Amino acid sequence: MQEVKDFKPTIVAFCCNWCSYAGADLAGSSRLSYPADVKIIRVPCSGRVNPMFILKAFERGADGVIICGCHPGDCHYSTGNYYTRRRLALLYSMLDYMGIERGRTRVEWVSAAEGVKFSTVMNKFVEDIRALGECVKLGDIRCKD
Amino acid sequence: MKKLALSNLNSLYNAINDKMKLYLPIENNGAVNFGEYSDGANVNLNKMTIKSAKDAFFPQCEDLSNFKKEGKHIIVEQGELVSENFVIFGVRACDVRAFHILDTVFLEGYLDTFYEARRKHGIVISLSCNKPEESCFCSNFGIDPAEPKGDVESYITDGYMYFNPVTQKGAEFMAQFDSLFENSDDKAVKELQVKIGDIVGKLPLSNLPLNEFGGDKLDALFNRPEWQGLSESCIGCGTCTYVCPTCQCYDVKDYKTNTGVKRFRCWDSCMRKDFTMMAHGTNRPSHLQRFRQRFMHKLVYHPANHNGEFSCVGCGRCVAKCPVSMNIVKVMKTLGGNK
Amino acid sequence: MQGLELKLKERLQKLLDDGTVDCVIGWTKGEFIYDVTPAIFTKESGLDGFVYNSFCGANLSKYLVSQITSDKKFAVILKPCDTYSMNQLITEHRVNRENIYIIGVGCSGHIDIDKVKAQGVSGITNVIDNDNNIIINSIYGDSKIEKASVLLSKCQSCKGSELKISDEIIGEGIKTPTCDERFDGVKKLEAMTAEERFAFWKSELSKCIRCNACRNICPACTCRTCVFDNARSNVAAKANATEFEEKMFHIIRAFHVAGRCTDCGECSRVCPQSIPLHLLNRKFIKDINEFYGDYQAGEESNQRNPLVNFTESDIEATVISDKEGK
Repeated sequence: MQEVKDFKPTIVAFCCNWCSYAGADLAGSSRLSYPADVKIIRVPCSGRVNPMFILKAFERGADGVIICGCHPGDCHYSTGNYYTRRRLALLYSMLDYMGIERGRTRVEWVSAAEGVKFSTVMNKFVEDIRALGECVKLGDIRCKD
Repeated sequence: MKKLALSNLNSLYNAINDKMKLYLPIENNGAVNFGEYSDGANVNLNKMTIKSAKDAFFPQCEDLSNFKKEGKHIIVEQGELVSENFVIFGVRACDVRAFHILDTVFLEGYLDTFYEARRKHGIVISLSCNKPEESCFCSNFGIDPAEPKGDVESYITDGYMYFNPVTQKGAEFMAQFDSLFENSDDKAVKELQVKIGDIVGKLPLSNLPLNEFGGDKLDALFNRPEWQGLSESCIGCGTCTYVCPTCQCYDVKDYKTNTGVKRFRCWDSCMRKDFTMMAHGTNRPSHLQRFRQRFMHKLVYHPANHNGEFSCVGCGRCVAKCPVSMNIVKVMKTLGGNK
Repeated sequence: MQGLELKLKERLQKLLDDGTVDCVIGWTKGEFIYDVTPAIFTKESGLDGFVYNSFCGANLSKYLVSQITSDKKFAVILKPCDTYSMNQLITEHRVNRENIYIIGVGCSGHIDIDKVKAQGVSGITNVIDNDNNIIINSIYGDSKIEKASVLLSKCQSCKGSELKISDEIIGEGIKTPTCDERFDGVKKLEAMTAEERFAFWKSELSKCIRCNACRNICPACTCRTCVFDNARSNVAAKANATEFEEKMFHIIRAFHVAGRCTDCGECSRVCPQSIPLHLLNRKFIKDINEFYGDYQAGEESNQRNPLVNFTESDIEATVISDKEGK
C-alpha cells in the first residue's frame, strides 16, 4: 500500500480556452485546491483535441488524460464540443477494446463559472488514476529511462 | 555428418538456448517469423518465414547512440555492439546467400560496426528446402536449395535431422553439443538432395531473362516505357522491401525522449515518399521513379558496384506477399521481353 | 468465370473503340492463375493480358484517386462491395465522377490464395473454380477444396450482391453464403476481459512490420501526405522501436477512416502478417451503429458521415469511462 501512496501520477488535462480554462482559473482564484499532478494544456476548443494528442500524451508518460470543454450547447464556436463528444466516445471505446483501462481517459464539461466543479473533477480523476497506478499498457519505453 | 531424431529437437533447442541466444522460425497467430526461442515456443521449420532472416544481423530498428544532458554537458553514449554468440537456426539457402550480399554492402568499403559485430558472433545453421514453392526462383541466381551452406547445413528427412558443419565456426559449434548427436553416413541426405533437385527443375519461375540485366544495362533500361504500366499497379507500400532478405537501405532518425535524444536507424523503403529526403526535397518525386529505383538497384546498380552480383536471391517473398501481385519477376519478364 | 471474362473484354474493347473511355482499370494476368495484378489498359496498349477470374478480389476504386487531375475517361470494374467505396470517394470529392464509367460486375465470391496455402497446398500451378469446390493442381499433386472455406474474409461476411452505383452491369452475382456474422469477431473480443484483449492485440500487433500496405490499399486513406509520412509531425513512420508505435499507428489509421470505412476488408486482405485489422475498423462501425444509429458508409453518395454530424442528445463519453464490467 505504501507504493500506491508514493505514486505521483502524471495527468494531462486539455482545457478549452473559453470555459474550462477559465473554470480552472476561477478554481485558483477561489483558492480551491486540486493536485499539482494535473498539467493543463490550453486548447482553443475541445474540438481541437486530435486523438493523436491523447495518444502522444500517453506516449510521453501520462497516466491519465482528461478533456474539458464547454457544456454541450454552450460551445464558444456553437458546435465544436458536439463533435468532440462523438469523436472521444469512439476513441475511448477503442482504447477499452484494446485492453487499456477505461478509467484513464475522461471527458468532463466545465463552464467558466464552475470553479468548484473543476476542482472536484480533478481531485476525483487524480484519485482514480492513483488507484489504477502507473500506466504500463500505453507509452514509449524510450521515454522512461 | 551427424544426426538427431526429430523428436529430440527440443532438447537441442534447450541445450543451445542454455548457452546462447537462439533465433528460429516461430509461428505466432498463423504467421511464421524468426524469433527468440523460449521453452514451449511454437517452432515451425516447414514454412517459409514471412520476414527474411536478415533481422538477425540487420534488425528493423536499432539504437545507434544516446544523447543525454547532465548539467551543462551533453553526454554521448555509443549504442552497444553485440558481444555474445548467438545462433540463427533454420535459415534457407536463399537467406544464407542474402547474408553475403549484405556483407558486400556493410563490410566492404565503409565498415558498419553494428553489422560486423553481429556477423562475427552469429552462427548460421541453414536448412534445406524440401518443398520449394511455386514462387521460388533461387536457381536463377545459382543458389541450390538442397545445399544451403551457412556455418552448419542441416536436412530433415526420414524422421531425422542431419547436420553437416561447413565452416570452422560451425564445427566448433557442433563440438559443443556433440553428446546429443549420433554419427551418420550421408546416404539419406544424398537421396533428399536428388529429390529436391527434381522439384527445382519443375519450378515455373526457373527461367528468368537475367542476361537482359546487369551493371552495364543502365542506358538500355532506365527510360523504357514499360516502367509506366508496371508502376501504375504498385500501391507504394513497403511490403516487398520489408520482407526482402537483401534490401538494405535504412534511415537514421532522432527520437526525443523525456531526458535526451536517442539516435536510431530503421529500415527504409525506396517506395516511400520521404526516402532519401534532403533539405532541397526528394530526388525521386514521382511514384514511377521510386518504383524504378527498387528494381534498378537490385538488377543494375548493385551488380555495377559489386562485381556483377544481383541483389536478389529469388526467395519469392515479394512474389507471395505483394498486396497487388506486382513483383520483380513480372518486372524482369516485362523488361526482358519474355512475357 | 471464363464466360464473364470474355463478356467483359468484349464490352471494354467496344468502350475503348467508340471513345466512351480512354483507359480501363482492370486486371492483367500474372505468372500463375492467382497473382493477377490491377492494371491500367489504354487504347494504344489494347486489352492484351486482360483477365477476370476468382482471384480478382482487390478493390480497384483506389486506383482512381491518383487520376483525379487526369482529363482522361476511365472505365473501372467494380464488384458490389467495391461500389460502396466508390460512393464514399465521390462523397469526399476524391474522384471525378464525370470521368468514370463504372462497370458493375456480378460477384459470387473470390478466393484467398493464402487460405488455400494454409490448408497445406504448395507449389500451385493451376486452380479450377467449380463454384462449390475448387480443384488445385500443384507440382506436388492435385487436391480438391471446398470453396467456401477458402473465400476471402470479406466474402465470408458479404454485404450482398446489389451494386450501389454503376453505369452498366455485366454478369449476375449471388450473395456469398456468409459463414460469420459481421460483428462476431468484435463481440468475441468484447466478451473477453481487458487483460485478455490487451494480450490479444499485443500479440497480433507485434507482428506488424510497418509496411503500410493496409494504409496504401485503403480506399478511404486518401490524404495527399499521411501524418505518418510527414517528417514534421513527430510521429515515427517506419520504426517499430517500441510496441507503442504499432498501437498508435493502427488506432489512428482505423480512427481516421471511422465513419468513412465501408468495411471493404482490403486492410486485412493485404496484411503480409495476416493481422485481423478489420476487427479495429469493425469496432468503430459497431460503436457508431450502437451510439448514433445504423450507418453504412458508401450506401449512397453524399451521405453525412456520423463523425461530422451530431445530435444534442448524443451519449456522453463518460458512459465509456464509467462503464462497469470487464
